[in-house]
Amino acid sequence: MSAAPTPPSEEELPTPVVQNRRWIPRLVWVVPIAAAVIGISLLIRNWENSGPRITISFLSGEGVQVGKTLVKYRDVTVGRVSAVVLSRDHQTVVVTADLSKDAASLLKADTQFWIVRPRVGVGSVSGLETLLSGVYIGMKTGAATLRERQFVGLENPPALSHGPHGRELQLHAARAGSLAIGAPVYFRQFPVGRVIDENLLPDGSTRVTVFVEAPYDNFVKPVTRFWNASGIDVKLGADGLNVQTESLAAVLAGGLAFDDGPIEALFFTAGGMPGEFSLYKNEIEAMAPPDGDPHYVRMRFAQALRGLEVGAPVEFVGVNIGSVVAVDLGYERQDKSFPVIVTAKLYPRRMGQAYEALAEQGKTESVETLAAFVGTLVSRGLRAQPRSASLLTGKLYIALDFLPASPRAAFDASIRPLELPTVNGTFQELEASVGRLMTKVNDLPLEQIAADLHTDLKDLHETLSELHGRVLPSAVDTLSALHSTLDSAERTLDVESPLQRGLTETLSESRSTLQAVRELADYIDRHPEALLRGRRPQKMPQRPAASSPDAKP
Amino acid sequence: MTLLKQSFELGLSLCRTCGLAVSGTSLRIDRRCPRCQSRIEHRTPFSIEMTLAWLIAGIVLYIPANLLPVMHTSGLLGEADSTILGGILEFWRSGDRDIALLIFVASIAVPFTKFIAIGLLLLTVRKNSRWQQHQRTALYRIVEFIGYWSMLDVIVVALTSALMQFQVLGTAEPRAGIAFFCAVVVVTMLSALSFDPRLIWDRPA
Repeated sequence: MSAAPTPPSEEELPTPVVQNRRWIPRLVWVVPIAAAVIGISLLIRNWENSGPRITISFLSGEGVQVGKTLVKYRDVTVGRVSAVVLSRDHQTVVVTADLSKDAASLLKADTQFWIVRPRVGVGSVSGLETLLSGVYIGMKTGAATLRERQFVGLENPPALSHGPHGRELQLHAARAGSLAIGAPVYFRQFPVGRVIDENLLPDGSTRVTVFVEAPYDNFVKPVTRFWNASGIDVKLGADGLNVQTESLAAVLAGGLAFDDGPIEALFFTAGGMPGEFSLYKNEIEAMAPPDGDPHYVRMRFAQALRGLEVGAPVEFVGVNIGSVVAVDLGYERQDKSFPVIVTAKLYPRRMGQAYEALAEQGKTESVETLAAFVGTLVSRGLRAQPRSASLLTGKLYIALDFLPASPRAAFDASIRPLELPTVNGTFQELEASVGRLMTKVNDLPLEQIAADLHTDLKDLHETLSELHGRVLPSAVDTLSALHSTLDSAERTLDVESPLQRGLTETLSESRSTLQAVRELADYIDRHPEALLRGRRPQKMPQRPAASSPDAKP
Repeated sequence: MTLLKQSFELGLSLCRTCGLAVSGTSLRIDRRCPRCQSRIEHRTPFSIEMTLAWLIAGIVLYIPANLLPVMHTSGLLGEADSTILGGILEFWRSGDRDIALLIFVASIAVPFTKFIAIGLLLLTVRKNSRWQQHQRTALYRIVEFIGYWSMLDVIVVALTSALMQFQVLGTAEPRAGIAFFCAVVVVTMLSALSFDPRLIWDRPA
């Protein structure tokens, strides 16, 4: 310090001031150690976070890009495609994806993967966002406990990717109609679920899988009936035009509806909840009581049956118990005639109490008992008869009715299918009677009648003209004379007439005369002597009595 | 060469602040200039050790800087995390080879060269090598100069994430990798600064 002001000489160089070292340069090693710690911790975290690597095979890898295509679960990214290669047999595309660690627990043996692409249907539009962002791989976790790393991707996305709570149901139907996957399921016009799958079973029938969301799945009971609600139901009934449809979407895309079955079914209590239901064609069919198995009968009609179609109803005493399944032309060798052979299926259960009576005997389902039953009915006059359902359309139906007046018919209970005796249709009888009526009308002597009528009319005309010419004028004269007579009578009776006036005067005079007579009588009564002595002058006190009314006011 | 004398051969040290020559060459004790009170350091103390420490820190940080994504872009066409190498590859594939080369040189080649250069300098100084002393000094100058230009990536990310904020249409956000990259640049600069080029010319006593 003291050396500072003095300039140093050539020989004597100044010695620096020595201080204690206060800093530790070795602290710098903290930096690489910290860097290493951070780096290693990052690596560890990265390693911890790195999830499983899975492979999914698809038929087509359209739109899948390495490093870009994401794997999403409930629309949240859980992974990314890291490789897309062809399988060894070149039949599929194997997509390798790295999932995040959280997604590892989603990988079950039945986890489903599918490629989300834009899909536009009538009932729904989905995956539109992928138009711009490119496809992504959707994922739906399964319920299995087994873990899996290799999957086979679905070609079509499942209808329900997020597994909401609810119940899956299988419906069986002869044909599914115009149902599309994703078509709505309605409960009393309220959409409560969707069709999630359709399958054609090996036997040719259709199995439709529907999903009913919670809490509406509680509405599905063992007695529930499902029916196809596609289309519009237009009914023209006694109460007017009735158009019924579930919704416009259901009209276009098809849809299902369900509701509790008919009341009879409510008493039916099955043990468990069935997972499978029948799918009916429409609500009416669904709500009809169960039909049981049909029985086939054949009817032979000896008349043309134009207007009888397959599906036409067969009615027993006005109740629909079946339908026509075939109308064929037969041929009788004996009389070379062409009868119409109608085959129909009947549902004995629809016969109500009669069926129950049979059921009590416990042998309903056998054809023999039915044949015996029908035999007794035939002996009581049961006949099949074609009848006109509507005069406008000319459609026919088959009526089974008791016609005791009909001729006796043979019933062979051994023929299969049962053959019911027939009578000709009422419309033919109607035709015949109309014909007879026409003949009678033709036979009428119409011209003669017309000529007679003409003569009569002429006579009438003459009579009338005579009446007009002679009788009427004299009648008019008589009437005018009557009028003048009445006129003069009226004048006579008038108040102002001299007769009236004279009469009035006479009456008033006779009244005063009578008064004088009464006064005289009174006077004589009080003064009988007056008869002898003559009248005395009147006394004073009588006057005020007469004028007292004037003094009072 | 041998004719030239090193200051410590003359038993002298120089104050780097005011140019005062003082006697003694000790590195172990803290000495102060008698005139200007500045610290007199014959050689930068612990130069090799500090340079090595910073260098190791740089190399360590360089690994996550390249592994971690530096930028996250999201937009209508999806979202993506991009690393530096991934970005370079993308540019290269899409045909922008000049940009790819530029980023490669600035982000990969330069830091890598710096590591190798500083490592080489450290190694030779440690061995008191007399090999290519002039070239090694030139190399040091280059390393010092080049350090300022290694921040290209950091600037690109900073600019992109500041400018590309179109909400739905597209946004860019910086990611952890760029912080590491920034740290690598800073740490290597510090490493170069800690190196005392005079050590290149020191001969063993």
